[in-house]
Amino acid sequence: MSTTSLALIALLPLLAAAITSCMKCGRRAAGVAIVAMLGSCGLALWAFGQAWGMGPNKHITFDIPWLTVGSTTINFGFVLDPLTGVMAAMVTFVGLLIFIYSFGYMKDDKRMARFFCYLSLFAAGMLGLILANNLLLLFMCWEIVGVASYLLISFWNHKPEAAAAGKKAFIVTRIGDMGFLIGILYAFKSAGTLTLYDGGAGLLEPGMGGILFEPEIAAIVSLLLFLGAVGKSGQLPLHVWLPDAMEGPTPVSALIHAATMVAAGVFLVARTMPIFEAGGTEMVVAWTGAATALVAAFIALGQYDIKRILAYSTVSQLGLMMVGLGVGGVAIGMFHLLTHAFFKALLFLGAGSIIHGCHEEQDIRKMGGIWKSMRVTSIAYLCGTAALVAFPFTSGFFSKDEILAGAWASSTPIFWIAAAASLLTAVYMTRQCLYVFSGSYRGEHAPHESPQVMTLPLVILAVFALGLGALAHYTVFEKLPGEPAKHETIVIVISVVNALGGIALGWMIYRGRKLGVDADPLAIKPLREKLWFDEYYADTVGKLWSLAAIISEQLNELLIFLRDMFVMLARGLSSAFAIGGDRKLIDVMAFDGLCDWLRSLGYAVTRPQNGFLPGYLRLIAIGVVVLGLVVFWIS
Amino acid sequence: MTLEHYLILGAMLFCVGLLGALTRRNAVVVLFSIEIMLNAANLNFIAFWRFGENPEALQGPLFTLFTIAVAAAEVAVGLALVIAVYRHFKTVDLEQLDTLKEE
Repeated sequence: MSTTSLALIALLPLLAAAITSCMKCGRRAAGVAIVAMLGSCGLALWAFGQAWGMGPNKHITFDIPWLTVGSTTINFGFVLDPLTGVMAAMVTFVGLLIFIYSFGYMKDDKRMARFFCYLSLFAAGMLGLILANNLLLLFMCWEIVGVASYLLISFWNHKPEAAAAGKKAFIVTRIGDMGFLIGILYAFKSAGTLTLYDGGAGLLEPGMGGILFEPEIAAIVSLLLFLGAVGKSGQLPLHVWLPDAMEGPTPVSALIHAATMVAAGVFLVARTMPIFEAGGTEMVVAWTGAATALVAAFIALGQYDIKRILAYSTVSQLGLMMVGLGVGGVAIGMFHLLTHAFFKALLFLGAGSIIHGCHEEQDIRKMGGIWKSMRVTSIAYLCGTAALVAFPFTSGFFSKDEILAGAWASSTPIFWIAAAASLLTAVYMTRQCLYVFSGSYRGEHAPHESPQVMTLPLVILAVFALGLGALAHYTVFEKLPGEPAKHETIVIVISVVNALGGIALGWMIYRGRKLGVDADPLAIKPLREKLWFDEYYADTVGKLWSLAAIISEQLNELLIFLRDMFVMLARGLSSAFAIGGDRKLIDVMAFDGLCDWLRSLGYAVTRPQNGFLPGYLRLIAIGVVVLGLVVFWIS
Repeated sequence: MTLEHYLILGAMLFCVGLLGALTRRNAVVVLFSIEIMLNAANLNFIAFWRFGENPEALQGPLFTLFTIAVAAAEVAVGLALVIAVYRHFKTVDLEQLDTLKEE
């Protein structure tokens, strides 16, 4: 594995973005993007194969010196370790499937070429972020990902909601990014390097965790980095942007806001886990994750928009990943990230297929009976649902089980919160599936199955959603840092009861109701209104901002007034100098005065030369007398 | 008769000549006055020679003769100039000959 081939994983999509940005034909642009992604995916799988053979704490780095500041050289390097390998393989593979799906989903859109340009840019940023061996490079790619996300959320910018959602996502994540940036600067100030792995001198290497970082500094740095992760991964209290981001095209929701980008925050925490361990801040991560998981699962109960339910579910699952990272280390969190990426991408693509089939209808009250008309999509969607609710022996079951076991081992309250969140997950997914698949169609135009280019990725993802857990269950702990917790019987029992009980509960609540007609017992007002988070922010942060705007306005007025005063003062001074100094002193007194003086002198001197010859003679006589007197005196 | 008497006479002659040269308006009269001053100088030469330490050397008369010759040449040039001026300006009044100045 050479530097070039590793770099190409990220550079191929970037190249594709550059090429497609100049293209007009959507189909050709899609071709370019998909081919680039295919190449990237091949390289990533190769890298994954290499990395998986390495073992938990081994890594290979490829550093390119970038700039030298004083005695410090900042390297732009890539690192290859199992974490990078598995993440890159997941992102490129899921990304490839979603690219293919987008080809079908976006084929009627006039701006398809641009869509694939943005998608490729996103993939490049995401892969750069994963491969980076330097916090600065990681941050730059992180920002590329943020920009691409903004562009894609507001892709249908003729819709005001989409434009607003893009803006909201960008601004809210910016709060987290600010913390991330400060964290990077603070880390650079205290450790003098931003390289993650540097042959023993990197930021994350064992020596560094204990020696160059004091525990307090490590705590501060890790919390600032976590703030970035909170913004990107939609954790409480910065989760508000993620549900709104569903205004973007569905493949975008699947790729960015379910499988990959939002996982970047989790990945960041996983990557910088040694700093968290050195600072002892894992429990902050775990508690934030637990709170997010529960609150988001509650809100998901009361939503009617199919994508919004999935969005809150994503927030909730990201919370569980954070719990996994906090209580059990990298392996547990990353395991759930991987399985979640597959089944959530599957669910979103399935939802996209349903939305497509139902003529762009997103309200689950107007669906129903999809099972009869969209068989492939429905089966795939139910596979994804099974994995999400942790139905035994699906991939979600294994990964969620690890999280619960880890939580049980380290903190009982967190365990119960996580368990409650997963119970709610089962309830809201059952509710959604009943609304969408059972009964008869409540919309106007008959639904139809999507084309094969869209259903094929669904089938592939469904296979992974069901099988990946069992497949990866044992190897993931050998390859990634972190120990599996001991599985108490009660944990397994609760896990199974949660899944089955949640489904049963959902079934009982909605049995015999006329869905979409009767009032929904779970869609109570606080949940429909998403617990008033947006209103709360509008009332606090928004008001504060308006106040700040008013103050700034007044300050601006004051500054303008001061500026005017200053201008007047300067103008007065300059005219005083111009009149008094320049005109009076220099022009009149100095220049004109001298000239006048010289002129009068000349006049005086020319007076004797008046043509009066006797006068000349007299002057000669006087001169002679004076000369005579001088000679007389001298001698 | 001592040297002082001659010198006083010479000084008086010089002063008369100087006064005439400075005050008279007629160019011809001014020329006369210059001649008087030259002759006052001649008188001094003769007087110093006569009462000097070495009267046999004839230095005084020699200088005087020389001066008379120069004076004659000077008068010739001077009168020629006066005639030229008269032809040009139709006057020999010095106070009206005022073109020797910056216009």
